[in-house]
Amino acid sequence: MTVLETESPPADSRKPGRRPTDADGPVVAPAPSSALGRRMRALASSGAWALVGVAVVVALWSMVAVFSPHLPTPLEALASLSGMLRYPFYDAGPNDKGVGLLLLLSLQRVFVGFALAAAVGVPLGFLIGTSPRAWKAANPVMQILRPVSPLAWFPIGLVALSSSPNAAVFVIFITALWPIVVNTAAGASSVPRDHRNVARVFQFGRMAYVRHVLVPHTLPEIVTGLRLSMGIAWMVIVAAEMLASGATGIGSFVWESYNTADLAGVTAAIVLIGFVGVALDSAFLRIGRRVALEEVTV
Amino acid sequence: MSLTISQVRKSFPGPGGGIGQEVLRGVDLTVEAGEFVSFIGHSGCGKSTLLNIVGGLTSATSGTVEVDGVRVSGPGPDRAMVFQNYSLLPRLSLLDNVRHAARAARPQRKAALNDEIVERYLGAVGLWEHRHKKPAAVSGGMQQRTAVARAFAVSPRILLLDEPFGALDALTRARLQLQLIDLWQDESETETVLMVTHGIDEAIILADRIVVMGNPPGPSVTDIIPVNLSRPRDRAAIVDEPAYRLVQERLMALLTAEAADAA
Repeated sequence: MTVLETESPPADSRKPGRRPTDADGPVVAPAPSSALGRRMRALASSGAWALVGVAVVVALWSMVAVFSPHLPTPLEALASLSGMLRYPFYDAGPNDKGVGLLLLLSLQRVFVGFALAAAVGVPLGFLIGTSPRAWKAANPVMQILRPVSPLAWFPIGLVALSSSPNAAVFVIFITALWPIVVNTAAGASSVPRDHRNVARVFQFGRMAYVRHVLVPHTLPEIVTGLRLSMGIAWMVIVAAEMLASGATGIGSFVWESYNTADLAGVTAAIVLIGFVGVALDSAFLRIGRRVALEEVTV
Repeated sequence: MSLTISQVRKSFPGPGGGIGQEVLRGVDLTVEAGEFVSFIGHSGCGKSTLLNIVGGLTSATSGTVEVDGVRVSGPGPDRAMVFQNYSLLPRLSLLDNVRHAARAARPQRKAALNDEIVERYLGAVGLWEHRHKKPAAVSGGMQQRTAVARAFAVSPRILLLDEPFGALDALTRARLQLQLIDLWQDESETETVLMVTHGIDEAIILADRIVVMGNPPGPSVTDIIPVNLSRPRDRAAIVDEPAYRLVQERLMALLTAEAADAA
């Protein structure tokens, strides 16, 4: 196949000096060519394209909703969402709470399970990452347990803790454990030879090595592990709460909405869950950037 | 103080766990107190390995290294190293890099004395006002000066330098060479310096003796050349001295012959 030389890529049509046409959209006053101006324009461009993406999804959704009348239209979902957000924190008994309260209940379970997983996973990761024997002992077990859906642990949690909300927390603990252990171990086992040589030549004691070499080097990878496990935990909590009768939260809300044929509520919940997930992730990204080694200058 | 290296051999396991190339093939060398010895040779000749064995980071396959008749079995505060790539701990300030290393190597030393010594050497390399900066915030030359101060702050009797200025620009390198000589001769109790280098001029300007090392299968130490130039050595004037020319030509001949053999 030959490429026609005359066919120029669309970007070329934006050459400087070309006369603006209607297709260029509204003519904006020439932005200041400062760094701030460039950033503002980049931001505006990303924002515009994000809107395009949302528009495409909404259009496809509307089309599907036309052909299958059981599905809510985007407008119905939006109405449901704004209804949910009108009184997000009302509390009318265990099975009738505002969506904000439900999200907080779910977040609380995620944070408790996550904190327990970090408390166990970080020290375990250090052990596995620094001791070849511990690595050999733990690796086969981890390889087998890691691919198991954390939900499979739910019955065990239920029997052991005899409470389904606590079993959901247990499921989150299992979910969050593996990424934390694996990342911490990877970081702890990859201390550069230079740093280890420094520790050896200057005869760092065990405490000095841990404090000045091991932990500082591993920190970014611990945060990566925490971020990954938080992401998965937030996904799994919805399923865990669907499974756990009595664990009121955003997951049980989704299931309740389905049982009462309120699919608009389900779609609205999906959007909310997504936004909370993004907020969690960006919080950890920010922490991660702060502890990144490249940023250590001041 | 004297350093005796006798019949040191070192081979690393080859691919598949078999016996690999013998990197050091029976090295014998005695270094007297107050001597500055440079090691020069093409990459793969084992000069860094030899330095690591003296430093106690690597153990010899056979043979011994003795400091004042005591056999070296690991790192110790009588020997401090400066590595090629600075090797500062990235999250510690320059001050803390020096302070913690000196403190770890000399645990008996009182904290106040340690701080005093650290200040002296960081000051001597001109970094006292930058002491609170992190390594990434300063230039490569400043990082290496910190590493030099760190080594001296241990008050070692033998200083081991592994291509310390290799990654620096010519001007910075020349300045650091001067600083190193000053520290060694006037500012410290450090008696002996062993320095691995790939710079012919650097070796001549700094060293009392130059150990020329060769690649397998020949002997590890090809030649040991004394540098009979008085100190202090003036970089500009020294180049015109016949002794300088002689050593330079001999080194060139040895190293190019080695390169021709390899090719």
